Amino acid sequence: MIETQQPAAIEFVHVSKRFGMVQANSDINLLIRQGSIHGIVGENGAGKSTLMNILYGYYQADSGDIKLLGKNVHIENSQQAIALGIGMVHQHFMLVEKFTVMENIILGSEKTWRNKTAMQNARSILDNLSQKYGMSINPEALIENLPVGLQQRVEILKALYRGAEILILDEPTSVLTPQEVQHFFSILRTLRDAGKTVVLITHKLHEIMAVTDHVTVMRQGKIIDTILTATTSKEQLAEMMVGRRLTTHWQRQKTHQPAPLLEVKKLSLFGPDKRPILDNINLTVNRGEILGVAGVSGNGQSQLLEVLSGMRSYHEGEILLGGRQLKKLLSRHRPTQSARQLLVSHIPEDRLGVGLVKNFKAWESGILGYHYKPPLSKAGFIKKKNSLNHFATIAQDYDVRPPNAFLKTSSFSGGNQQKLVIGRELEENPDLLLIGQPTRGVDVGAIEFIHRRLIELRDAGKALLLVSAELDEILTLADRIVVMFDGKIVGVLPRHQASETKIGLLMAGVVEEIRETLSEAGIDH
Amino acid sequence: MRIHHKIDLPGWMEYLLIPLLNLLLAFLLTSIVVFYAGENPFDVFASLFQGALGTVDGTGYTLYYATNFIFTGLAVAIAFHGGLFNIGGEGQAYIAGVGVLLACFWLDQFSWWVVLPAAMLSAAVFGGLWAFIPGWLQAKRGSHVVITTIMFNYLAAALINYLLVDVLIAPNQQSPQSQAIASDQHLPLLRDMLGFFGVESRFSPLNISFFLALFACFVFWLLVWKSKFGYELRVIEQGEKVAKYAGIPPARLVMTVMVISGIFASMVAINVIMGEQHRLIIEYTNGAGFVGIAVALMGRNHPVGIIAAAILFGALYQGGSELAFDFPGLSRDMIVVIQGLVVLFCGAMENIFKPSLARLVIYLRRQKGV
Repeated sequence: MIETQQPAAIEFVHVSKRFGMVQANSDINLLIRQGSIHGIVGENGAGKSTLMNILYGYYQADSGDIKLLGKNVHIENSQQAIALGIGMVHQHFMLVEKFTVMENIILGSEKTWRNKTAMQNARSILDNLSQKYGMSINPEALIENLPVGLQQRVEILKALYRGAEILILDEPTSVLTPQEVQHFFSILRTLRDAGKTVVLITHKLHEIMAVTDHVTVMRQGKIIDTILTATTSKEQLAEMMVGRRLTTHWQRQKTHQPAPLLEVKKLSLFGPDKRPILDNINLTVNRGEILGVAGVSGNGQSQLLEVLSGMRSYHEGEILLGGRQLKKLLSRHRPTQSARQLLVSHIPEDRLGVGLVKNFKAWESGILGYHYKPPLSKAGFIKKKNSLNHFATIAQDYDVRPPNAFLKTSSFSGGNQQKLVIGRELEENPDLLLIGQPTRGVDVGAIEFIHRRLIELRDAGKALLLVSAELDEILTLADRIVVMFDGKIVGVLPRHQASETKIGLLMAGVVEEIRETLSEAGIDH
Repeated sequence: MRIHHKIDLPGWMEYLLIPLLNLLLAFLLTSIVVFYAGENPFDVFASLFQGALGTVDGTGYTLYYATNFIFTGLAVAIAFHGGLFNIGGEGQAYIAGVGVLLACFWLDQFSWWVVLPAAMLSAAVFGGLWAFIPGWLQAKRGSHVVITTIMFNYLAAALINYLLVDVLIAPNQQSPQSQAIASDQHLPLLRDMLGFFGVESRFSPLNISFFLALFACFVFWLLVWKSKFGYELRVIEQGEKVAKYAGIPPARLVMTVMVISGIFASMVAINVIMGEQHRLIIEYTNGAGFVGIAVALMGRNHPVGIIAAAILFGALYQGGSELAFDFPGLSRDMIVVIQGLVVLFCGAMENIFKPSLARLVIYLRRQKGV
């Protein structure tokens, strides 16, 4: 580690920022060395993004200074930040889908007239960049045709094209497969070795351990510590983030004889263009078992959950619940309502868009889906008093904070929104629980809480189907794992045979090699 | 910057201060227009105010117009709570006129208090049906209600044109209007009741429909914020997916709310036909359906706001008609300009003051916090 001798690329000196009553950053002193990869971790709302947004000129600090290479700077907007050599890659890409790679890269810095020489110049700069940093890409490809891993590459190239010396990456790996992540890390290392400074904001501790040189832990707007990554561990970082010890390994009871509750046979669903979204899906969820569905988002998992919960109809195949045809059990007009009556609960992936109603008060969101049921409503009228009590119970049992029934749903933090959804669904004591991305955007403390609840349900003999893009989560919770790719199930692995590499390959659609591995291991799928 | 949109302003700012500031701005711009038209803006506004609220008759007319606007405002607002934009209040009210007329003719032996419920029902059936068709097209065929309701306004106009010219036209009558309803069926006028208290009013057509409108506001409030239907309606506003998740059939709800919206609009026919004109006249709605859009926007889709906005627009309607007499330099169109500016500032540009107010709120909170 020679980085400690490197000069400071960025220095925050006593930086504070307040939004209304919330102290987002208080007295931040942080030094980021040139030519290093610097990780910033912290729970949601710890102030990481605010700090980086101050650096990028989105917000102005209330007090304190920012120094770039030792010089005080005042950054008022992102144009200035770019001019100072700061580039930012957002979690959600800011690319124009209908434009080519080249057009996206020059967008915002193009000359008034797109003449041939200007384009050729830009092209040669781009070629140099991609060669130098090992990021090959076809400049003429349309963004919409590129996989997300390459789209991210475009974002990075765009920042470099504008002369970024400091690159801020906000949760960059959330959309990537494990293999893409590995490749992404090697790009980061190349950038560092070429003298660029990389700031990596993430909540995935194993990534911090894998790629960063230094790591800063933030909690409640303050910096807890900045340390050399080599001298710390995942457990220590997690503890610093939350302020207490966390459980990551769960004791679980032995599964008894498998008793299938949900059986899906040859299920297919076609899109408007007749292309299969779900392609001949076969799976079984047993009582007292968590079946993990792994896969990169957008490979049919969302639609699978929607079909199973009754939100969507399907075209071929059959779904059996406790041996009976689900289709016949569901009412035509209110299928999800009858699914709930059959004790099938669904925690949807998009909690704020589907699981809750943004503009509702917390108590109103707390009865969503059960709002027709006495005592929550009677004779066509919502019973406010009973609904308030209902919310109070959820808030207490599932630690929803603040337990304020009249707060707008969208004002709760991600973790507390999720606890509200989970609480609402689990209060009904379901037999089958369909769960999508239960901990996406949820902070570490809440993740622990949610995982504990799910394990408890499993031990109580319930059947759980868990869709998650977080491999860690699948590996921690699931008893069996199926991997989805392009609408198909490309692999079934029991827990003890699953590894990150194996699942990762399946997730990326590399089926052939894995089939061999699987057949070697004597697994039939 | 972006953060300001996340701040929830205090209720009195959101619902009182901002509309007032917007209104003020609209008046300010009107003053400039009036000034360039060669009149003194203060005189004009004084005359406007005097015409609208300065006399008992003026006030009566203002409230009579406001009654219509409350109905159409509620119609727009309830659809809005479900994320639908019903522009068809005009056509729905227009068609409902036929319903009222038929009920009155059919029950011509009976007096108004027997006819009223029947006429309301009949208006609801006609206007509700006229709204149901676009609702059905939206729910089942995906045709956008904004487009179809506009088309249905034209269809209504054409249909009634035909009915008045060829079918319902009174015998020996040149202008296209129907036969009058029996005088027993005229709704009681408030001026008669007021006369009992010694208040003199001779012309105002304000009738008991005004109370019907206030009652409709109460029903609206119950429906939207207290009932299961309203709960489901407000879920739909966020989108079809969350509705499906919650076990709400989106298509059914869309059709239902369109019908209810149409029924609210239909009540205009009661006010005008049984209350004032006592017959069906061509274009009797006179744009009330469209004013309802502005009223709902300005009233923030809440019954209290809608009542306030409806009275404001009623006053502009009434005061504006007086204006043309007092100021030869101003045409009656000047009032359309004012209305347009009010709509522009209270509807389309309702957020111009919001960022600065949000900044002020943040600043004040910070002062208090330190």
